Amino acid sequence: MKLITKSLLGIFLLGTLFTSCSKDEGCTDPAANNFDVEALKDDGSCTYDKLPEEVHEESHITFNFMHHFDGIPVTAANFNQFNFVTANGDTISITKLRYLVSDMRLYTTSGDSVMMNGYNLVDLTNGTGLSYEAGESDLGAFAGIGFNFGFDTTDNAGNYLDLNSANWNWPVMIGAGYHNMQFEGKYKFNGADSLYAYHNGTASNMGAHEQNHISVRLPGIALNEHNVVVTIEMNIAEWFRNPNTWDLNANHSNLMMNYGAQKMMQANGYNVFSLGAVSQRK
Amino acid sequence: MVRKSLNILLVIGMVISFYSCSKNKIEPIPPPEPVPQPTGVGTPAVLFVPQVFLQSINPPIIPANNPQTVEGIALGRKLFYDPILSGDGTQACADCHAPEFSFTDSNQFSTGITMLQGNRNSMAIFNAAWNWNGQFFWDGRANSLEEQALGPVVNPIEMNNTWPAAMASLQADGLYPSMFNDAFGTTVIDSNLVAMAIAQFERTLVSANSRFDRFLLGQLALTPQELSGFNIFNDGNLGGGDCFHCHGSAANPLWTDNDFHNNGLDATFTDNGLGAITGNPNDNGKFKTPSLRNLAYTAPYMHDGRFATLDEVLDHYSQGVVMSPTIDALMQHAGTGGTQMSPSTKADLKAFLLSLSDPDFITNPAFQDPNP
Ligand code: HEC
Ligand code: HEC
Repeated sequence: MKLITKSLLGIFLLGTLFTSCSKDEGCTDPAANNFDVEALKDDGSCTYDKLPEEVHEESHITFNFMHHFDGIPVTAANFNQFNFVTANGDTISITKLRYLVSDMRLYTTSGDSVMMNGYNLVDLTNGTGLSYEAGESDLGAFAGIGFNFGFDTTDNAGNYLDLNSANWNWPVMIGAGYHNMQFEGKYKFNGADSLYAYHNGTASNMGAHEQNHISVRLPGIALNEHNVVVTIEMNIAEWFRNPNTWDLNANHSNLMMNYGAQKMMQANGYNVFSLGAVSQRK
Repeated sequence: MVRKSLNILLVIGMVISFYSCSKNKIEPIPPPEPVPQPTGVGTPAVLFVPQVFLQSINPPIIPANNPQTVEGIALGRKLFYDPILSGDGTQACADCHAPEFSFTDSNQFSTGITMLQGNRNSMAIFNAAWNWNGQFFWDGRANSLEEQALGPVVNPIEMNNTWPAAMASLQADGLYPSMFNDAFGTTVIDSNLVAMAIAQFERTLVSANSRFDRFLLGQLALTPQELSGFNIFNDGNLGGGDCFHCHGSAANPLWTDNDFHNNGLDATFTDNGLGAITGNPNDNGKFKTPSLRNLAYTAPYMHDGRFATLDEVLDHYSQGVVMSPTIDALMQHAGTGGTQMSPSTKADLKAFLLSLSDPDFITNPAFQDPNP
């Protein structure tokens, strides 16, 4: 129906163009130097300035998130399999992994930073948020890439309808706001399957709440082209390794209420991310 | 949107035709032919979004190809309550989805017209437009409300009809052809239009006026017991409830995560739930998380209606959780058979759960049987 009305209109418009005009010939391109408002038929006389090549002064930056466990690529396709061994020697599977990144930024060589606003929920389980268009920045060399794993204290006090809808909230009594990460699966203990829920967010100690996000800083890049895709890699194994060798049998569940566990996660989290491939094109 | 861009086009067109003409030869542009409007496509009806949802969650999802209309909703409501859709004219959707039970029924398994029983408990229907992933049924096998509504009519253990027969009954009826015309601009009734009308009515079934909703809006104070229960709901410690990961929060007052989980009911499965639909054994024993709204009216509980009371449900989460290959890691105390709640903890949690029930919803006049 809409299509029909559209084409009817089109025909009608063409009709008016043809019938309501004189038969003068001339240049009919409004973009030309010698555009003739009275010309009806183009006679090939249009002249143009030499078109400048399109020049972009800024880069459009997309972040891709990739995941591996000490080099073994991890996607939802190899969830639910006991494929991975932690630094402590625990054999684990993954059943869910999602985490929040916010305030993606570029550090300038003078020590300033260029903020790209917003946040992104990376959800490996559903394959959403694996690619995130963070915005624009001027071309040039930058000293570092940064982002927050989770929200900083100010952002954590905000109200985000999409995150609420994703059931991403962190209980009020242990600091409110949002999870940084939900990472779940099973580990083998004495041959039997046990569950772990490695959830990270505000650290709460007897009613005192302490921010627990991670300010990640990665090496710099030079932005040369209009479209830049930056890969951020997470080595999941690092959550269990450095500086805290993680014993899943001691810390597997109910970690949200566990101040010590939350701070150990934060310490290990500083080693989790690295800069992967960067691709640039016009 | 399309209308708008057409108008812009028209204006641009006019400007161009004026410019391209010599001044002395301007001829009047005839006004455009009136675009014929299809008759009877219905009066747009805006879906009511309550303040507790507006302030905290994403807007409702209404499919572009089935916008809400006053006439469509009225038609869907009549169909929902009309046994005309069933094989022998005795059963309506509302028999298993009655307003007084928050649009479910009070049986463990509902009985269809041939006295056959299924193995699933009927499901409450409300806030369906906020079901983000659009998957319906305990096992998520329907991908929209429209798709869902096509099922029961021809299901042998439900209304046991055929669509040609159901459409013939509707077509022969004195009222329906003109109602379909008002809603969809055609008197030719087909199964898709039936499903679209029912889905429109179902989307109007919004529940957001429980005591807890009014507490969230600052309109009332909860009792100390209800407040204590809310803390228990959020308490992940052994002895607490640890319910929030799957069943929402004050910031997600749908009281469901709209996702599928195995909450530790069985060690082996007689019903594979989601796994039977996806074919992925890792999904076996997973079922859609039901909302905790309106529990006062929706007993019995779980996909197979195994628990007659909320006390039995809380006993399950407290002591009855069993391990299985697909149990959810969010059942964090599965290793101890549950969260080990004391009797007073359970009582408080139950008081909180009941504060999520919405008496206005089940008596809302707009949702009742319109048939005389
Ligand atoms: C004989 C009882 C019965 C009848 C009649 C019946 N239903 Fe149901 N309904 C059920 C049962 C049982 C389920 C859950 C089935 C399952 O998950 O396999 C269900 C599930 C649903 C759901 C899914 C809700 C959700 O949140 O996923 C909707 C919507 C629904 N029915 C609508 C209808 C409509 C519309 C009709 C009439 C066309 C209807 N039902 C007729 C018993 C019935
Ligand atoms: C791992 C996610 C998860 C957690 C944690 C969880 N539930 Fe559930 N809940 C579910 C799922 C899934 C179902 C449906 C299971 C089925 O029918 O097989 C359910 C069903 C229910 C029902 C039945 C509702 C109905 O209409 O049939 C109630 C009541 C309930 N849960 C309350 C709670 C309470 C209270 C807690 C905390 C003590 C809790 N749940 C913790 C996922 C969860």
